[in-house]
Amino acid sequence: MSLPRPEFDYVRRLVHTHAAIVIDPAKAYLVESRLAPLAKEHGCASLEEFLRLLQSRAFGALHREAVAAMANNETWFFRDSTPFTALAEQVIPRLLEARGRDQGLSIWCAACSTGQEPYSIAMLLRERYAPVAACCSILATDLCEAALQRAASGLYRQLEVNRGLPAALLTRYFTREGLYWQVRPEVAALVTFQRLNLAAPWPAIAPVDVLFLRNVLIYFAAETRRQVLTEVRRVLRPDGFLFLGPAETPRDLGDAFQPVEAGNYICYQPR
Amino acid sequence: MHALIVDDSASMRAILKRTLSERGFEVTAAGNGSDALTLMAQLAPHLVLVDWNMPGMNGFELLCEIRRQPRYASVKVVMVTTETNKAEMSHALAAGADEYIMKPFTPDVVYDKLRLAGLPVPHSEAVEYA
Repeated sequence: MSLPRPEFDYVRRLVHTHAAIVIDPAKAYLVESRLAPLAKEHGCASLEEFLRLLQSRAFGALHREAVAAMANNETWFFRDSTPFTALAEQVIPRLLEARGRDQGLSIWCAACSTGQEPYSIAMLLRERYAPVAACCSILATDLCEAALQRAASGLYRQLEVNRGLPAALLTRYFTREGLYWQVRPEVAALVTFQRLNLAAPWPAIAPVDVLFLRNVLIYFAAETRRQVLTEVRRVLRPDGFLFLGPAETPRDLGDAFQPVEAGNYICYQPR
Repeated sequence: MHALIVDDSASMRAILKRTLSERGFEVTAAGNGSDALTLMAQLAPHLVLVDWNMPGMNGFELLCEIRRQPRYASVKVVMVTTETNKAEMSHALAAGADEYIMKPFTPDVVYDKLRLAGLPVPHSEAVEYA
């Protein structure tokens, strides 16, 4: 390991304190790979110099950038596909049946990163539920300001639209803008982006019918997972659906949620 | 699963062959459209990956020829191309392409696109978390 232990431990504490993300003690290379570009961007000759700069200052914008850079922002359109199939074919029909077709649905993508997940849901609503799509709202939140700015711009590189996005949807819901692909207004209009740190006290959030909280809990310690799931329980409607990542369950909150089959996918509802 | 790669570039054929072999496909390659049609009749592949820009019969013409033949109705045809014009892409989908991969691509892009085309491509076991 080339990064000295005290510097690595400083970053681990910083990230845990401000985002509740637990970095495995054996993964110093993550600090090197994710913060070295930021160090260069801020004119530091080395990662060590950047870390000294952080340690010499009170917590501020630079620290927030470092914390955000340490979060895993990997995402792509229709990631894992089965949650989106379950949403389209099982969950939305059940909710519309319960609510009535003239009522919109409220969907929240927590930890949306650069926006592929909420835009995937927006396209799915336009494709499959066009009459009610306009009444639906998708709140998309993330810890990282830079990721949210990219998400809100709706601009994606070719490699990003190449991954997971059916070509038919690309041709229908994107326009070509030079080297980028731009999400069309009718899709973008369904999504609202907002910064939110899941591990900090939550602002007021209107009750939601569907909550995508995928590949997030795995980065938190048990106490933070319990805290987040308690808040989820509070904002999710009694018959709402919680979608987690493939390696996640809500078991940290005991039996507060029950697993529900939605086709080939398991999601969760408040018990 | 048997896949037929059709591309006039030997290096692209090699890349795609390696990519598909890693997920268990049996792979055959052709350097042009007419060889591809001969091989299709012999091998009955489940999947054909077609480069758009080829000398002689181009990829779009090959796609149309495949879709003209009812015996190939269940064969998945995925276009692999540097052509990123939306109109051309829509044209290929309307002519019966199941998916469309833009170059450059990564192996994961190829696997995701094949899944979108309805092919059972196994996922990698490796998952990296922080």
